[in-house]
Parts: sequence; structure tokens; C-alpha cells
Amino acid sequence: MKEYGKAFRIAFPYTIPVLAGYLFIGIAFGVMFQEKGYNFLWAALMSLLVYAGSGQYLAVNFFVPGFSFIQMIVLTLMVNIRHVFYGLSMLDRFKKIGKKRWYMIFALTDETYSLLCMTKTPEGVESGKFMFAICLLDQSYWIAGSVIGAIAGHLIPFNSEGIEFAMTSLFIVLFVESWLSNKDHKPAFIGIGASVISLLIFGPDKFILPAMIIMMVLLLAFRGAIRTEVEAGAGGDSSCH
Amino acid sequence: MPLSVSRSLAIIAVTALTTFATRSFPFLVFSGKKVPRIVTYLGKALPPAVISMLVIYCLRNASLTEYPHAAPEMIAIAVTVALHVWKRNNLLSIGVGTVLYMFLIQTVF
Repeated sequence: MKEYGKAFRIAFPYTIPVLAGYLFIGIAFGVMFQEKGYNFLWAALMSLLVYAGSGQYLAVNFFVPGFSFIQMIVLTLMVNIRHVFYGLSMLDRFKKIGKKRWYMIFALTDETYSLLCMTKTPEGVESGKFMFAICLLDQSYWIAGSVIGAIAGHLIPFNSEGIEFAMTSLFIVLFVESWLSNKDHKPAFIGIGASVISLLIFGPDKFILPAMIIMMVLLLAFRGAIRTEVEAGAGGDSSCH
Repeated sequence: MPLSVSRSLAIIAVTALTTFATRSFPFLVFSGKKVPRIVTYLGKALPPAVISMLVIYCLRNASLTEYPHAAPEMIAIAVTVALHVWKRNNLLSIGVGTVLYMFLIQTVF
């Protein structure tokens, strides 16, 4: 247990960007769910069991009479299908970790995935425990944000319009960090190009899956030309980039 | 609450299981097998591309053709990037970017 305490202490500073982002967007979720008539206990339960940013924003709309379970499954799959691809980066890293990897797989949100990819396990702590600590800390911020939002939205009505931009800022920060630590910017350009083209063709609600497919095809097509190592000492993890 | 407790719990269970299914899929497919080299390569090349995609995903509903022509987004992003390259302080960049955006859409545009 002592080792876990150490892992959490070491992991905490790395999770601060997600702490900031998750408090804001968790609060936004709590406010929206509360407006539907669900109090903070429901918001906490949802964030404990579902644990998905945009997935939970979408799911708020399911809580009306007449919404079928099939519709919920299809819509959730459409929003979250990108997660199918994230595990590919974690197959090796999660392999040596015991049963707790199932919690980490459950907790592999956009933000946690991006953070794990950006972060190299520091000296003096076991990689599995360090990554587990990141996953658990991130989810605790998410639950805390949802509860705060559900309570605050109920007590003090405030103009939260635009608060969801915390998620955009969070990914901008991760993008800048990723850009500065990678020598080869082709994957980033492929990501932007595939997404913009797919967005123009398929529109804002359906572009993610085609974008991921175009991205995979291009990454494979340019396989010989893309270097996947990172700048020495830049904080990236060679097992991920 | 617009629905019964049992119906509400069922909705949460369905959403939770569907989400977990997407996240566990690659681990179930490649469990116990040697991971093909092409998949290992994709795993390494994907993160920067996915992070770029997530930025576009966050901006998917911003319109360039209608007023205010995504100006609040562009201003807030420019400030966030500049601040982050300068200070490399995550909390500061995210906090300033978000509050600036909220200020812009609530009072300026």
C-alpha cells in the first residue's frame, strides 16, 4: 500500500492539466444533468460507471420518455467508436500489469489516453502503479467536477455558457506538448488533414469514424517515411510514440 | 426526474457497457496473441494524430461562414497556444483559455 501512496504522490503533478479540464467540463455535465432533474448522486453514479466526457453529454438526452435502448447503444457507439483505436497504443504498456489493467482499460478516456501517451514513467516508481494512479486520479477529478456542477447549478445559477471550452483548451495544451516533443510532425498533419476533410464531407455529427479510417490508411501508407521516436528528454514515452 | 429510478439505472448501465465495449475491444482481440508489428507501429504513430483529431472534434460546431466567424474560438486558441509555449504551465493555459472564451461569447460577441 505504501508503494501506491508513493505512486499517487509522484503521479499527481502530471495529472494537473486533466484536473483543470475535468473540473470545468465535469461541472458543465453536472449542471446539464441537474437541469434534467437528476441530483448530484445521479451525476456521481453516471461519472463513476460511464466515465466518458462527450458520451455523458450525449447521454443526458437519453433521460426522456420514449428513447429506446437500441437508439442509446447506436448513438453511444457513434460518439465513442474512436476509443476502439486507443487501445492499440496501450497493448504493450498494459500487458505486464495485473488485474488492475481492466480498470485502466475502462478508464481510457480521451484525456487519460493523451496524458498516458505524453508521459514517461519517472525513476523510482513502478510503471503499472504510476499509470494506475493517473487513471484513478483523473476519474476522481471527473466525479468531483460532476458533483460540484450538480450542486452548484442547483444552488447558484450562473452563466456557464462556454465552460465546455475547457475541453478544447485541454486538447490544445496536449497538442502543443505533443508537437514540441515529436521530431516528425507528419502524424499531426495527417490527423488534422484527415479530420478536416472528413468534417467537410460528413458533417459534425458523423465525421469521427471516417476520419479515424482515413488517418489509419495514411499512417500505413507513409509507414516508411514516419519516424516514431521522440526528442530525448522531452517527456514523451518511446513505447508510445 | 422525468423517468423512474429503475429506468434511469438501466440507461446508465446500457451507456456504461457500450462505452466499456469500445475501450476493451482491442485488448480482447489481441489478448494472449503476439501483437502484429503493423499494429505496434500504428499504436506509436496514432497519438499525435488522435490529439490533432480531438482538437478538430472540439471545434466541429464552430462556423466560419456565419457571424462571429469562429472569432472567439480562434482568439482563445491563439492566446492558449502563445501562453503555453511561453510558460508551459498547463493549469494557467487551460484556465486563461477557458475564462477568455467564456468572456468573449458572453459579453463581446
